[in-house]
Amino acid sequence: MFDDTNLTQLIFGRLSWEAIPHDPIIISTFVAVVIGGLAIVALITKYKLWGYLWNEWFTTVDHKKIGIMYIILAIVMLLRGFADAIMMRIQQAIAFNGNEGYLNAHHYDQIFTAHGVIMIFFVAMPFVTGFMNYVVPLQIGARDVSFPFLNNFSFWMTTAGAIIIMISLFVGEFARTGWLAYPPLSGADYSPGVGVDYYIWGLQVAGVGTTLSGINLIATIVKMRAPGMTFMKMPVFTWTSLCTNILIVATFPILTATLALLSLDRYVGTNFFTNDLGGNPMMYVNLIWIWGHPEVYILILPAFGIFSEVVATFCGKRLFGYASMVYATCVIMILSYLVWLHHFFTMGSGASVNAFFGITTMIISIPTGAKMFNWLFTMYRGRIRYEVPMLWTVGFMVTFVIGGMTGVMLAIPPADFVLHNSLFLVAHFHNVIIGGVLFGLMAGLVYWWPKAFGYKLDDFWGKMTFWFWQIGFFFAFMPLYVLGLMGVTRRVSQFEDPSLQIWFIIAAFGAVLIALGIASFIIQLVVSYLRRDQLRETSGDPWNGRTLEWSTSSPPPDYNFAFTPVVHDHDSWYDMKNRGYERPLAGFKRIHMPKNTGTGVILSGLSIALAFALIWYIWWLAAVSFIAIIAVSIGHTFNYKRDFYIPVETVTATEDARSRLLAERI
Amino acid sequence: MPNLLKSALRPLLLLPVLLLTGCNMVVMSPSGDIAAQQRDLIVVSTILMLIIIVPVLFLTLFFAWRYRQSNTAATYDPEWHHSTRLEVIIWAAPLAIIIALGAITWISTHKLDPYRPLDRIDAERPIPADVKPLTVQVVALDWKWLFFYPEYGIATVNEMAAPVDRPITFQITASSVMNSFYIPALAGMIYAMPGMETKLHAVINKEGDYEGISSNYSGDGFSHMRFRFHGLQQGGFDEWIARVKQNGTMLNRDAFLKLEKPSIREPVRLFAGVEDGLYDAVLNMCVRPGQMCMRDMMHIDMMGGAGVDSHENRAKLQHDNRHAGPAGGHGEAAPGATFPATGNPARSEEPAEGVDGDQQPPSMNHDTHDMHQGHKAPAEGSEGAAPPQLNTNGSTQP
Repeated sequence: MFDDTNLTQLIFGRLSWEAIPHDPIIISTFVAVVIGGLAIVALITKYKLWGYLWNEWFTTVDHKKIGIMYIILAIVMLLRGFADAIMMRIQQAIAFNGNEGYLNAHHYDQIFTAHGVIMIFFVAMPFVTGFMNYVVPLQIGARDVSFPFLNNFSFWMTTAGAIIIMISLFVGEFARTGWLAYPPLSGADYSPGVGVDYYIWGLQVAGVGTTLSGINLIATIVKMRAPGMTFMKMPVFTWTSLCTNILIVATFPILTATLALLSLDRYVGTNFFTNDLGGNPMMYVNLIWIWGHPEVYILILPAFGIFSEVVATFCGKRLFGYASMVYATCVIMILSYLVWLHHFFTMGSGASVNAFFGITTMIISIPTGAKMFNWLFTMYRGRIRYEVPMLWTVGFMVTFVIGGMTGVMLAIPPADFVLHNSLFLVAHFHNVIIGGVLFGLMAGLVYWWPKAFGYKLDDFWGKMTFWFWQIGFFFAFMPLYVLGLMGVTRRVSQFEDPSLQIWFIIAAFGAVLIALGIASFIIQLVVSYLRRDQLRETSGDPWNGRTLEWSTSSPPPDYNFAFTPVVHDHDSWYDMKNRGYERPLAGFKRIHMPKNTGTGVILSGLSIALAFALIWYIWWLAAVSFIAIIAVSIGHTFNYKRDFYIPVETVTATEDARSRLLAERI
Repeated sequence: MPNLLKSALRPLLLLPVLLLTGCNMVVMSPSGDIAAQQRDLIVVSTILMLIIIVPVLFLTLFFAWRYRQSNTAATYDPEWHHSTRLEVIIWAAPLAIIIALGAITWISTHKLDPYRPLDRIDAERPIPADVKPLTVQVVALDWKWLFFYPEYGIATVNEMAAPVDRPITFQITASSVMNSFYIPALAGMIYAMPGMETKLHAVINKEGDYEGISSNYSGDGFSHMRFRFHGLQQGGFDEWIARVKQNGTMLNRDAFLKLEKPSIREPVRLFAGVEDGLYDAVLNMCVRPGQMCMRDMMHIDMMGGAGVDSHENRAKLQHDNRHAGPAGGHGEAAPGATFPATGNPARSEEPAEGVDGDQQPPSMNHDTHDMHQGHKAPAEGSEGAAPPQLNTNGSTQP
């Protein structure tokens, strides 16, 4: 009945051997990844770790382990995203005087698209979510998040999204549209290949995880705070997490809807954003930025929270202006919805519209400035310990104000007309995302590492990481400001004006310094692990901390707190220490905890299959995996073995062990 | 106030500029009055913000040094965390700067609105009463720029010229995807979008050979989507026009359809003559015979839509089929770049059945359009001069 071609098409959709790239760079990467992957699998098998990984990590519903897995995902993806970055820097540094460089447009365009998508969605997002997952329940004195299974499922959906994007490297291609995939370029007519489909389904799958994790954390913060912890006694990081998650829940559905409309255009021939039949691409640009601008604040607010915790702790002083910090955060959260149009002043809106959005954008700099002053005056009359997290914080304060200043310049519409889409803009947003978000995450990592693993990170390599990043940042991005003022636009892969080249070479040198920073970071993790016995930290409170997470052991027991703490003031742990807090040593009770489940992993795997099938038009697989997702989801609702009790003997034994450790210290 | 500040702080600002004299910062030293005013805004706003930024940077470094742990001489006050006076200052100081900057923004955004006709040639000279702006119609194609000079009946590809000190009115559109039209030395950029027209008013004040680019990524050939912009004295401009007229060929619809096919590093091309209404047809996406013009579609919609009859218009409203399908490929095909097996019929290059191939676009005067209304929707302000067969569709509606 079927001739051969049709049968192949029926089984494989548009997937064929042609889809495997023949480019030597990609093939060698592919081979390296396969060998590396096989080596890891072999090692895990050799040391019989599969059961351990599955039982203790993959299926876990413990917010701490999920938080750690999020951060591992972010670090792995950071390596991929940075590999893209350094490839672009090398290309731009050599592609002069008729030299086409080593990347043609086909590759270069995929690389800058992948760089943006990966850095935002699969580095910054999981990094931030990882911290919120790990820290928020501890800071509010809770034993887990509100919906522990949902948390596991969210993580695996985010990972599935990352895997889908990674598959595009070796099977087919990635989008060549820029990280926001503006139509009509991203429509079926101008991007007929699978690249944009990888983009859409990677983000849609990960978006499910992000939205659900946002709901989960809001519920956790609103409902599970320790007794006495009113909203105005919450730690600042928890506040910023709350605002961030409200932003996530309010804006990610817009992204989902926008991408759904785009996929309808691509798959069933609707005309929302096409030139055909009266579609309007400007709608897409508006919609994607209504999500996209709050997204920027989704990333930066938790970083602000981390700096607030770090600066108070290492200055040995209560945070200056707690209330104004909280209000500033809330004001930023609300204003972030009112500025999206500043991403396209040049699309020809009238002067009044442009001026309105320009001014709302500038207004955001007021609460941001207030925050900056609050950190500043926390340092005033403090006693600053220059541990690595504090270095990142001071580095942030110096770097971020420059990014803030260039941001306000871009907010003036007529100035934006000459700076928009230029390398000045690229320098600006890297200035705030690296100098703000990434510095914050690095500070947080060093700060909370001893809490998570029971030993501090190596100081020397931590400082090396900081200095390489800090100096590398200036070398890599200050030249881009200059190039922007020379009228150089972004996403260009070859240049004609030889006077630009020196600046690109300086920028490439900066990227090399950042590479050294990343190398130092990895060395830091390895060295610290090897020296963990010397760096061991048994008090649970290595930095003389101020918030509740430091009141429990490092790493915290599965149940976080044997007794739910009672809060009287903000900086509750500092307050408790001042009041002569004594750890309870007896009277423990059994503790009710959620049970691990593998459903999240299974659903995530099925989602990858569904996405892959949709990308390659393998309709039978799409139908099968979709039905399977529904079946597994329904099946999971019949799983009544969701909880268990940690027996009182275990709790007592754990707490006694801690008592002995604490006694040894004295 | 900004002027005062400017004169006072300019030497300071010049210092880093001096360090950068090795490079040509076209944005900071443009040759057109609009770009110069935009540059001034960058300078003024930077200075205004430095009023806050410099003290913050200084205090950060000072506090970081002064209150270090080893400096036991510094006061240590672990409980000090509130000061109403300081709170007022830290909110009010940025607020004051933003009020000043907001006022500048509101005024400058209106004054430098690209849709607003110029009222001066440069800071000293208003526009003489007898000067009529030069109209240039710009089309972003894959991946080159097409310029129409309606006043002279000529067109060029990847090269344009304008006389010094004569205001230029750009009407900008695109044929396929979004681009952005940008001559850094002349004025800020504005998006070029298919089926829509954006506008830009500018003037070049110095003779010279400047670079123009697309500043919005548009696909494979984007990096090479550059053109030269010549600022010429009137005499030189007249010569340039004459050269185009002498050496150019004819740009009619067929030639345009060939020209708009994707190509990279397109050489300069000159067209001595242009078919009537071609730019209008490009703007309305109806160059190909049988296409329905955007303005006609919008007219039908304005009249309440064509109901079920609109089905017949479907094929006439499909514009984006050059890249899809086996015949329409450009350059190297992407792996997996097969035509989507969505069940859509492959879109045909052929005109739909029964459609008159030589449908002429009705002449329209779009210049009555209000300059502050953003994009000119092609149909707006038209008096409904839709072709007769469309009007019958419209009349079936209540």
